[in-house]
Amino acid sequence: MKKLINKVDDVVADALTGIEASDRNVRVDHVNRIIYRADAPRPGKVGLVSGGGSGHEPLHGGFVGLGMLDAACAGHVFTSPTPDQMLEATKGVDSGAGVLHIVKNYTGDVMNFEMAAELAASETGVTVETVVTNDDVAVQDSLYTAGRRGVGVTVLLEKIAGAAAEQGRSLADVAAIARSVNDNGRSMGMALTSCTVPSAGKPTFDLPEDEIEIGIGIHGEPGRHRVPLAGAREIAEQLLDPILADLDFTGAPAIVMLNGMGGTPLIELYIMYGEVARILEKAGVGIARNIVGNYITSLDMAGCSVTVLRASDEHLALWDAPVNTAGLRWGI
Amino acid sequence: MGDTIDIHQLVGWLRRFHDLVQDQTAYLTELDSAIGDADHGTNMARGMESVVGKLDSGSASTVDELFKTVGMTLVTTVGGASGPLYGTLFLRFGAAAGAVDRLDGAGLAAALRAGLDGVVARGKAEAGDKTMFDALSPAVDALDAALAGGAAPADAVAVARDAAIAGRDATGPLVAKKGRASYLGERSVGHIDPGSASTALLISALADELAAPSEA
Repeated sequence: MKKLINKVDDVVADALTGIEASDRNVRVDHVNRIIYRADAPRPGKVGLVSGGGSGHEPLHGGFVGLGMLDAACAGHVFTSPTPDQMLEATKGVDSGAGVLHIVKNYTGDVMNFEMAAELAASETGVTVETVVTNDDVAVQDSLYTAGRRGVGVTVLLEKIAGAAAEQGRSLADVAAIARSVNDNGRSMGMALTSCTVPSAGKPTFDLPEDEIEIGIGIHGEPGRHRVPLAGAREIAEQLLDPILADLDFTGAPAIVMLNGMGGTPLIELYIMYGEVARILEKAGVGIARNIVGNYITSLDMAGCSVTVLRASDEHLALWDAPVNTAGLRWGI
Repeated sequence: MGDTIDIHQLVGWLRRFHDLVQDQTAYLTELDSAIGDADHGTNMARGMESVVGKLDSGSASTVDELFKTVGMTLVTTVGGASGPLYGTLFLRFGAAAGAVDRLDGAGLAAALRAGLDGVVARGKAEAGDKTMFDALSPAVDALDAALAGGAAPADAVAVARDAAIAGRDATGPLVAKKGRASYLGERSVGHIDPGSASTALLISALADELAAPSEA
């Protein structure tokens, strides 16, 4: 394993130190491993709290700031943070307008946030609403599993719901907008290589030089199937086919994210975006907005994911609103 | 030793559970590597290490106080799904037992039943989903049945331990329907669920303690 780290046990703590040093719009509670917007809590504003295992940067800490999250809780690499962290963050961002928890659908994350919401209700009186993202079309048989995983749509949701909260909308409104983003977004990812978890020291799975894994999650968990390596055009089709089969994206503006998994250069992500744009146009889907880059990663995994949101005019307006975070920044 | 279990024995139970988890850390993690994310052993070991630290430094005088500390310690140190599940089990156990310093057999069974209900509420698992429920639920049922048949608490818990172990072994052929293992579908068949294995250790620790109580 070759990584730019000091000690395996210090990976998360050292990363938090770096995030704090690099971004003056945030402050870090190192004891509870929480990244706060520097000026939180904002009077009268609904607080947005998310969090999850580390290793997906810039998600979630890189999306803390004006127009997005008020706080992000960092867990160990690929392991959910704990309810005491989430409770602390919830108290830290509440201004009386209530707090929205944004949770990716993984068993551990859901249970830990659920306990945090219960503790918030019983110990603090802060009103908490929860939205769970589950946009990964790679997971089939949702009835017989823990359900679809929360992946790329989480980024779009944090942006759009964050803008709604910034405008002073109520907790119920912000939660409804957040759910509408999740309901109308779908994602699919693929891997060229495995990732290496620092504490494990070796790749999570073996992937031969001439094969790729389609339908991976963001923790090195297995995908839907393994296929021979193909050209970018063919891979783009393999990612978009299940997305387009799952939801009708025609007749509405689309927001598209072409996301890198952490170990793929931008030149390849642009090649993939070009193919995705071409396929979507052919399928009658009009792309209104897009982002290309590393937004929800899986350590050093090479590969990418595509997220498509069937956007409303309200989604688009909120998407265009100012945002000032390390991961997304415009309009300021 | 007799028909009641005092708080020293409950502390002894937790210490024995810690020892078993430490002993079997590699085994639990190996089970989790097959169908999960290879951290159940280390996560539980880290959590129980913290619990024992709390037991060493504090002296809870009532059962609810003791198990509130244990539950919250696990919730804040284990992480993943096991933290909330075991944490909820112990929090509900303590709340059901109340501010007492000893439990009789019926009190123990009621507290464990409350813990099981907490696990169900938290994890939404049903019988046969290949989770810790599949070891815990038969153990609690067996405990109730043995006590109803007039068994002393120590003997009833020994029966419960056997039921937990049988439940653990029965998870092998099941298809996982909850947690990360569920994404494997049929590929989860043939592997024992790691959560059911740690739960079998939990009930074994209680049986060991009641068979040979720790000194106060």
